[in-house]
Amino acid sequence: MGEKNDKKEKKSKKEKLPRQQMPEQKADVRKHNFDEVPLGYTKQMAMQEASRCLQCKKPACVEGCPVEIDIPEFIRYIQAGDFTKAIRHIWQRNSLPAICGRVCPQEDQCEGLCILGKKDEPVAIGHLERFAADYERHYGTGELPPKAESTGKRVAVVGSGPSGLTVAGDLILKGHEVTVFEAFHKGGGVLIYGIPEFRLPKEIVAQELNFLERLGVKIQCNEVVGKTTTLDELFEEGYEAIYLGVGAGLPRFLNIPGENLVGIYSANEYLTRANLMKAYRFPEYDTPLVKGKDVAVFGAGNVAMDAARTAMRMGADNVRIIYRRSREEMPAREAEIHHAEEEGIQFYLLTAPTRFMGNDQGRVSGMECLQMELGEPDDSGRRRPLPVKGSEFQLDCDLAVIAVGAGANPLLTQSTPELQLNKWGYVIADEKTGKTTKKGVWAGGDIVTGAATVILAAGAGRQCSNSIHDYLTIGW
Amino acid sequence: MFEIVKRKEMAQGTVVLNEIKAPKIAAKAKPGQFVILKANETGERIPLTMAYTDPEKGIIAVIYQVVGKSTALFSTLQEGQGFQDVIGPLGKATEIEKLGTVVCVGGGTGVAVMHPITKAMKEAGNHVIAIIGARTRDLLILEEEMKAASHDLRVCTDDGSYGHHGFVTDVLKQTLEKEDVKLVVGIGPVPMMKFVTKMTKEYNVKTLVSLNSIMVDGTGMCGCCRVSVGGETRFACVDGPEFDGHLVDFEELSKRLQAYTDMEKESYEQFKCACQS
Ligand SMILES: Cc1cc2nc3c(=O)[nH]c(=O)nc-3n(C[C@H](O)[C@H](O)[C@H](O)COP(=O)(O)OP(=O)(O)OC[C@H]3O[C@@H](n4cnc5c(N)ncnc54)[C@H](O)[C@@H]3O)c2cc1C
Ligand SMILES: Cc1cc2nc3c(=O)[nH]c(=O)nc-3n(C[C@H](O)[C@H](O)[C@H](O)COP(=O)(O)OP(=O)(O)OC[C@H]3O[C@@H](n4cnc5c(N)ncnc54)[C@H](O)[C@@H]3O)c2cc1C
Ligand code: SF4
Ligand code: FES
Repeated sequence: MGEKNDKKEKKSKKEKLPRQQMPEQKADVRKHNFDEVPLGYTKQMAMQEASRCLQCKKPACVEGCPVEIDIPEFIRYIQAGDFTKAIRHIWQRNSLPAICGRVCPQEDQCEGLCILGKKDEPVAIGHLERFAADYERHYGTGELPPKAESTGKRVAVVGSGPSGLTVAGDLILKGHEVTVFEAFHKGGGVLIYGIPEFRLPKEIVAQELNFLERLGVKIQCNEVVGKTTTLDELFEEGYEAIYLGVGAGLPRFLNIPGENLVGIYSANEYLTRANLMKAYRFPEYDTPLVKGKDVAVFGAGNVAMDAARTAMRMGADNVRIIYRRSREEMPAREAEIHHAEEEGIQFYLLTAPTRFMGNDQGRVSGMECLQMELGEPDDSGRRRPLPVKGSEFQLDCDLAVIAVGAGANPLLTQSTPELQLNKWGYVIADEKTGKTTKKGVWAGGDIVTGAATVILAAGAGRQCSNSIHDYLTIGW
Repeated sequence: MFEIVKRKEMAQGTVVLNEIKAPKIAAKAKPGQFVILKANETGERIPLTMAYTDPEKGIIAVIYQVVGKSTALFSTLQEGQGFQDVIGPLGKATEIEKLGTVVCVGGGTGVAVMHPITKAMKEAGNHVIAIIGARTRDLLILEEEMKAASHDLRVCTDDGSYGHHGFVTDVLKQTLEKEDVKLVVGIGPVPMMKFVTKMTKEYNVKTLVSLNSIMVDGTGMCGCCRVSVGGETRFACVDGPEFDGHLVDFEELSKRLQAYTDMEKESYEQFKCACQS
């Protein structure tokens, strides 16, 4: 950090400046608390990191960004110390930078394409995005952006995840009246019930919601659309356009014997209890959660890492990630895998569970696994894992979390037969506009693509809000 | 806030009735459906069946037994106070059809859940025999209401303090012997439902039960409420709560209901201490 930084240094020299590491809580401390792990850049660190950017004429990073943030430009502002301009520049393309800076898989997106990364480490674009947003949160004026004159049109947004929130924010600024309907008692979608506090402080999500409310968005919780009300009833009530951003809220199980034993959770349940219901603060909060000593988490995506690290923080002795493919195929963000490893999470790769064993009380006590080996590539292009004969082995296990993906929850779509679904139950929506097969209804985010990412959900929201605006001002 | 407009204690204060202002839910609710309630910020999400609704007044009613921390907390809420969150209506409504003779068997607080179903069965043109039971006379609830909702009400108490001396299953057996019963609906504690279904199986009479598995969201997103029915995993909150009783794995259900026994005890003890001091 104490390194000298002469802005007029030549490019070749700039490359030598090492990537600024973000300070973080030490692994042996943080694995006993739920506080955020990375602590954020200081101003100096941010400016220094920003100075590593080559300000490419044809910036590859932007191509890697699903919402095409003008990355070199905002980095230039940070380098110049104009953080206010930097954040306003990001907002033009992304309304959730404090969140995206923390959870985007930058290594597969912007940073993965950054030219510096060819020889050296890429610019820490995510850290800089986070810095700009946090700076604004702490020191910004809180001034609201200007709103267009009221159009008198009403829009209903179903689901308050990143895609729904993006639509709500865009359309309120365009002068429409927006109400968000959320099934849970709190808004934020996966950001609030799924991603843990130590990775995304809930205060940040609350602030995003508060920002929208200050702009005039109504957030109506405890409304299960499809049950409390239907889409047709919303139209009858005077809403002229409806956006569906209901996510992929259907848990997937392994379908192996013993799966209904006590102590075996879907990741959705485990994380909802821990995060939304704050079971990690039981008995101050009333919702209980099984505490395991020997924990098995199935899957190797972000969800699995979150569950494993939560279990560790709840006091486990052994936490094992059990994944049937190899390390290369693990879909989680690089940073989370690294953090998990540092915290002592064990990785059982090329391993698949075959059954759970229970005790007299119907609680899980162990499981049996099989070793796998990689065969020919499958439809997804990844090499298919095949069981190795006779390789069964057993592990103790008193808590298991299944994080092998999510599906489409049929609750809303079943109540709306006009919505066409694909064979997996996801809503079919036009790729450019997000229009569904029901007039006046748009859809985006995980309910269209299947479980994906925050930024893709937000990006889909942005596309749809443009199309909804056209519809409200021009026509379908 | 969802305001409690009427509060009444029953069964010597062990059971509480709340009428709650929730117009949107009241307008939609059908017999057999439930709501999820949360008292305050730190509260748990608790499922309770709607005992009746008044769509015109925008009111739903729940009747619950005080069994642990959350229901005890609920029971401290007075008229004019309320629940922070009420979500619903959830679950599938009971399929109400004209079948002929229908027997509705309710035990404990299950009687509250049974009441709207009984009423709807009668209104659909069935001949409805209701059998309700409790441990002792003082714990019996909704006797008058059940009498009005059925054609023929039979009451049992375990200790013989009132009505038939014995279990609801004794009276059910007599009824099955004598009448041409088309459907039995059994709602109550798990052991009771287990015995009811065991008996009706002998007589080969279709039987519906309402499963009270532990829940979180109530919308099919977490799988907490999963139950085995006919060897398949189903979610009680969206596929139920009513299922064909002859196919339900009650052993598994009882075990899953005890998932948090120790923590629940701890939580309840703490709450009782806090209330006393
Ligand atoms: C544990 C976990 C960790 C993750 N980590 C990352 C990460 O690090 N980086 C990343 O980019 N992505 C991550 N993801 C994925 C990302 O969170 C999702 O892709 C994204 O949230 C999808 O946004 P969405 O708006 O489509 O839906 P969601 O965020 O799922 O929100 C949908 C909302 O709609 C509500 N809803 C559903 N049905 C109804 C209804 N009928 N009526 C009213 N409301 C309804 C739900 O309650 C929910 O609040 C993670 C996901 C999980 C579960
Ligand atoms: C669809 C449905 C409808 C119900 N309707 C009624 C009703 O009308 N009247 C009534 O008295 N009871 C009803 N119940 C049961 C009621 O939800 C539980 O008694 C209540 O949750 C107990 O919470 P507690 O904290 O007071 O007790 P605890 O001490 O927490 O638990 C006592 C027992 O209640 C069960 N339980 C605990 N938490 C939950 C939860 N989140 N969800 C479900 N069960 C739980 C457990 O099996 C536990 O052993 C219903 C349950 C379901 C699933
Ligand atoms: S690719 Fe890297 S160096 Fe080039 S503009 Fe983007 S962040 Fe800067
Ligand atoms: S309660 Fe979560 S799926 Fe039924």
